[in-house]
Amino acid sequence: MSSSPVKPLPRWIDVGLVPVINIVIALLVSGLIIFAIGENPWEAVKIMAYGALGFDEGIGYTLYYMTNFIFTGLAVAIAFHTGLFNIGGEGQAYIGGLGVGLCLLALDTALPIWILLPLCILASGLFGAAWAAVPAYLQAYRGSHIVITTIMFNFIASALMVYLMVNVLIKPGQMSPQSVTFAEQSHLPFMSEVFAWFGMEIAQTPLNVTVFWAIFCCIALWAFIWRTKWGFETRAVGHNEPAAVYGGVDPKRTIMIAMFISGGLAGFVGLNEIMGVHHKLLLNFQFGYGFTGIAVALMGRNHPFGIVLASLLFGILYQGGAELAFEMPKITREMVVTIQGLVILFSGALAYMSVPWVSKVYNILAADKPVPSDSISAEGEA
Amino acid sequence: MKHFLKTASAAAVLLASFSASAADIKPSVVFDMGGKFDKSFNEGVYNGVEKFKKETGIKYREFEVTNEAQREQAIRRMAKRGSDIVLGIGFAQSDAVKKVAGEYPNGQFAIIDGFVIAPNVNAILFKEHEGSFLVGMIAAMKSKTGTVGFVGGMDIPLIRRFGCGYLQGAKHANSSVKVIQNMTGTTPSAWNDPGRGGELTKGQFAQGADVVFAAAGGTGVGVYQAAKDAGKFAIGVDSNQNHLHPGTMLTSMIKRVDVAAYNTFMNAKNGTWKGGITSLGLAEDGVGWALDKHNRSLISADMENKVEAARKDIIAGKIKVHDYMDGNKCNM
Repeated sequence: MSSSPVKPLPRWIDVGLVPVINIVIALLVSGLIIFAIGENPWEAVKIMAYGALGFDEGIGYTLYYMTNFIFTGLAVAIAFHTGLFNIGGEGQAYIGGLGVGLCLLALDTALPIWILLPLCILASGLFGAAWAAVPAYLQAYRGSHIVITTIMFNFIASALMVYLMVNVLIKPGQMSPQSVTFAEQSHLPFMSEVFAWFGMEIAQTPLNVTVFWAIFCCIALWAFIWRTKWGFETRAVGHNEPAAVYGGVDPKRTIMIAMFISGGLAGFVGLNEIMGVHHKLLLNFQFGYGFTGIAVALMGRNHPFGIVLASLLFGILYQGGAELAFEMPKITREMVVTIQGLVILFSGALAYMSVPWVSKVYNILAADKPVPSDSISAEGEA
Repeated sequence: MKHFLKTASAAAVLLASFSASAADIKPSVVFDMGGKFDKSFNEGVYNGVEKFKKETGIKYREFEVTNEAQREQAIRRMAKRGSDIVLGIGFAQSDAVKKVAGEYPNGQFAIIDGFVIAPNVNAILFKEHEGSFLVGMIAAMKSKTGTVGFVGGMDIPLIRRFGCGYLQGAKHANSSVKVIQNMTGTTPSAWNDPGRGGELTKGQFAQGADVVFAAAGGTGVGVYQAAKDAGKFAIGVDSNQNHLHPGTMLTSMIKRVDVAAYNTFMNAKNGTWKGGITSLGLAEDGVGWALDKHNRSLISADMENKVEAARKDIIAGKIKVHDYMDGNKCNM
């Protein structure tokens, strides 16, 4: 802000109120469009909210989508902190799923689940990381731009998967390019089953125990970025590479580490989908999650906690949107994508559009109060 | 004007609810990722169920899936809402239909292109290789260069089945014919990529092909345009696409998903619906080749006679068309 008497916004407004205002604007514009096609916007909002959060099945699907978005959102965030734009979450998730699939195809009957689970976590992470490592190497040591290489690797991943599923891993004599179903004992428990252990009955949804792993990853990534030497180095490279080099950081190595973690996190989508939901290897299970992860990271300001909230929001939009398409025949799935797009537009691309107004209002309201002490940290964050 | 529209639509709704009063069924359909306006497979189903709606006045519920998890969710939701018949579209919905049909043993389910064995599921399968065989013959007979092309959508077994039938038909008509095969891509976007379809077609023309068969959904539009621009021939797929470019469209390989969808709803309405496998080939008119006023001048009497003879021979079992799904390879 240029004019000197303007006070900086306190942190709770910057990271709490402004995003909420952005979402409200997006919903208002969506409401106008819904009104224009002849449906009741208020009714639509109610259907969306109820569909996503109003009953056990809706909540299950919302949290299931959230699980995937957390993984891809974190993957984009760690790369962002290093100043890299990883658009390859889609391909890394795909190959991560391949890792889980190969692991389970080989060992699903041989080992108990408590050994299989860590193995599969490792497999999905390593496969995803390996897929990210090639673009990372090309960026760090050969100067090929990572935006180009990661997006290319998405196509290579899908070509590889189609080749494998159609020619090698397909269960013979069927139309669908799918592998055989893994043995029952290797399936991760659905949350409906977990609740059943405690005698509670909830609707069956794709939500499974991977959601706990997603939450764990958030905490682990937070600790990595803000509590370790390597995390400090990634942020240093991201903020100012020459300064980081002057400080003794090897940016090449840092890029490799950050992208390795990024790819691994994206690969966990494969864990959720293949071991948790589908129980077989198939095509396109990752469809769209990698790209949506970019919006999730933007909206969550690259902070794990923000990413959880943004993932939840996108889960609501996905599940609520499906309910909307289901209940209101006039609202097609393209309409639902439009609403999602508006939310991304207003809270991602136009995230700071409302800041001057909010700041004006805040300055009028807080004119005769002293500057709050936490405003300094808010400024540092921005 | 707005007021008039409102009144008119209210009247229409009223009318529909009157005509749909007595002992009507509640049908529903779950379209797959391509969407109901894909100019091809899903749209064929859409046309079929729309025809049902128009004739009977019975409305249906519909949903278009956008990701893997929604298939099962949508089919279960339809069943839960008391749909009398749930129609799933595309092989990708097979597992979802199978699972939900198990949960609702009294419900009626149908799936097009999916192989599901259950007492309350009607699996409707098409013998695409038989229809492709006939258009392959036509392509080989029409070709002056002795080279014909095939542009598939996404590289999956179903499309290889089209290609394999086409190859056999072409070789049947002219044993020395050369067949160039290309797939558009490896992601679902390959079903709707006219630009790439056009490029592949031009590439095939450059290699000497003068007739190209597209089995690629919306991508085919680009294939046909490229053929028209180059003054060569193209063959349509799924619905009769002869009218798109008269003079260029040699014929179309018809796959009557619209009839299958219509019959499914009709049978459910009339109480004549049955579970089990329905296999639709040349004998059942489930697949075939299109001859109408748009391509009449392109097909000589000799060609027509030969294709019709082959059609009868396939129905009679004298010509065996190898199915790619039989061993997942194309035996030539």
